[in-house]
Amino acid sequence: MIAEAGLAALWLAASLALLQLLLAAFGLAGGKSELLGAVRPVAVAQGLLTAIAFALLITLFLQSDMSVLLVVTNSHSMKPWLYKFAGTWGNHEGSMLLWVTVMGVAGSAVALFERALRRETHMATLGGQAAISLGFYAFLLFASNPFARIDPPPADGQGLNPLLQDPGLAFHPPTLYLGYVGLSVAFSFAVGALLTRQVDAAFARAMRPWVLGAWILLTLGITAGSYWAYYELGWGGWWFWDPVENASLMPWLAATALLHSVTVLATRDALRAWTVMLAVVAFSMSMVGTFLVRSGILTSVHAFAVDPERGTFILALLGIYIGGALALFGWRVGAVREGAPFELVSRETMLVVNNLLLSVILGLVLIGTLYPLMTEAFGHKVSVGAPYFDRIAGPIALTLMVAMILGPLTRWRRDRMREVTRRMAIPLAMGGLVFVLLAVLAWGRIGVLPFLGLVIALAVAVGSVAPLWKRNLRRTPLFTWGMVIAHLGCAVSLAGMACDSAFTVEKLVAARPGDTVETAGWTIRFKQILPIAGDNWTALQADMEASRGGEPVLLHPQSRFFASPPTTTTEAALLTRWNGQLYVVLGQEADAGRWQLRIWWKPFVTLIWFGGFLIALGGAMALVGRERRGWLLKWRARMAMEAVA
Amino acid sequence: MKAKHQRLILALAALVALVGAALLAMSALKDEAAYFYAPNDVRTKGVEPGKAIRLGGMVVKGSLKRAGDGVTIHFDVTDGKATVPASFRGIAPDLFREGSGVVAEGAFDAGGTFQATNLLAKHDERYMPRELKGMSYDEKTHKMKVDR
Repeated sequence: MIAEAGLAALWLAASLALLQLLLAAFGLAGGKSELLGAVRPVAVAQGLLTAIAFALLITLFLQSDMSVLLVVTNSHSMKPWLYKFAGTWGNHEGSMLLWVTVMGVAGSAVALFERALRRETHMATLGGQAAISLGFYAFLLFASNPFARIDPPPADGQGLNPLLQDPGLAFHPPTLYLGYVGLSVAFSFAVGALLTRQVDAAFARAMRPWVLGAWILLTLGITAGSYWAYYELGWGGWWFWDPVENASLMPWLAATALLHSVTVLATRDALRAWTVMLAVVAFSMSMVGTFLVRSGILTSVHAFAVDPERGTFILALLGIYIGGALALFGWRVGAVREGAPFELVSRETMLVVNNLLLSVILGLVLIGTLYPLMTEAFGHKVSVGAPYFDRIAGPIALTLMVAMILGPLTRWRRDRMREVTRRMAIPLAMGGLVFVLLAVLAWGRIGVLPFLGLVIALAVAVGSVAPLWKRNLRRTPLFTWGMVIAHLGCAVSLAGMACDSAFTVEKLVAARPGDTVETAGWTIRFKQILPIAGDNWTALQADMEASRGGEPVLLHPQSRFFASPPTTTTEAALLTRWNGQLYVVLGQEADAGRWQLRIWWKPFVTLIWFGGFLIALGGAMALVGRERRGWLLKWRARMAMEAVA
Repeated sequence: MKAKHQRLILALAALVALVGAALLAMSALKDEAAYFYAPNDVRTKGVEPGKAIRLGGMVVKGSLKRAGDGVTIHFDVTDGKATVPASFRGIAPDLFREGSGVVAEGAFDAGGTFQATNLLAKHDERYMPRELKGMSYDEKTHKMKVDR
């Protein structure tokens, strides 16, 4: 019954999306206000229905209903409840339902809470949101029905990929999806504004909170995904330039550019056409990412099903939406009036530089990700990995970081070169100091990129707090603090990346229980190896003691075996200290009595994710700061009105 | 400065960035893209030492040997037509074993041995390196079949 109810809710939601699109289209075309009045309630109902369908699918997973095909192929009754719950979206159909749900709920939120937008643009936006949703409803209902039954039902399910059996699964995909799909709102805003020809500062101020919200969630999702891969895979790396990682990075790059250009549009009413274009590109990148991940043309933990029909379906959706939006852009861009002018030396120019560099990185990552697919069409199997991406993205990202110091220290509209240079003096001096220090202490021992990374990280750290210089800190608006914290987060993260690649010490040995391994100031005593059992796995666990002068700490790296499906995973042991992480992996039995151990000491590696968290926090502060200011202004205006009355 | 000039400068900057990025991508791809080779491709086309490639095939039965340090392994990779010696220092994936498929990332050394920096084995039925799809190993005849 539950499965049928879920499917019915989905069909109903799809019909409402169609109704929403038609109401908005005919209402706007004919200027019929009564039709437009119905758009918002329909959007809210549609969002509610998708949420119900998703809740029903979760219920099926929690109950381990083995008459449902999706539960059978991806779950198991013996699984801990958290993985039954999170396993709902640990597969193709479930994750697409999550996508549609987020889209529907985001549409409801736009219908309920958006007040700043003009009415026609608001309705056109909701129509646009319905149009995108419709395509994904069709994909779900015709090509990936999550509620399909299986007859006769098997005794038990096939289980979830053990690599996904981690608390990270409960957090990383939903956050990332909220961000991915949150960008659909920006896309719909852009489409709505193009249709009604109302691209201006007021439009940008209305769009900004949605862009910020999506960007914060993307940042958190990527940061969480990076840490998850770091500790779960046992390879000691935090970013592998896997196509699936790139699929999440590309929307983030576009959203970061959009975030900055929408601020230019909101504050100075410049960069109108470009901002609209970026909003289209940002969500297009989300869809390209989904195509890459869900079509099965890539093999990875994320590619759940290899099904050419689905790939073609998503590719068609991609073509319709991106092509349609670009055509609309080409058709209407002439109607977008020219924005406010600005001088060459101005914050606007710096933000244009930010946008250009981000776009270039985005383009290079996109080319590197798609290149293997293109060459395969010509019969060559090629892989493009870290060497390509490090070589191209590294130098440009560092240039971007330098621009990041300049931007906040330059005034809007016009500034003087001499003044900007004067404000840059302290950050540059700090960078210079680090340069000299590193040159004396470690010249030739660390690579060029990590070297420059450390220098620039410190310059950015100092530069990012420079806008607070000589200001009354208590009267500095929250959104300025947000910018400072987010830019500081970039510096912190960059410092972590540079330290990790410059100073990591790795040791690979075969050791017997009783042996002692010394590396990077740590003494690690390998005591014994024991079999243990968990909920749905068994493991070999090593008992070790690590010490660095003080009290020894116990470490328990494991090698886990899962029965369904039969898989082995590595559970690394991590020991976090203020100045780095000790990372121990238990390998295989080398020969009689000796076990392979891989040990890393990674100085300041945790800064990478701490920085990511700071970036998201800064975004949240900016979001709250802007919105609170809006409420305060409105409240004051109302108070003033009442006082007059 | 006139708005028109300013727009022109911005458009030019964007164009320069675009062309520069494309050139950069092309040169980097030429150097860094790792082509996939089966042992027979290595024999017929030749691969210069030090060039990063991916080598794919089956691990020859009886060829797997462990070095004294306990963390280095030596093995042969075959595609049924040619065989290439390879070695790897590190923790091999659990499903890396003789008679099973492998994709090795790395480069040939001057002596003609493939020095792998990373090994990708078939993870399970559902997660198999893309390059190994369609390859299978006949237990009885010790022949490898490739259907494409």
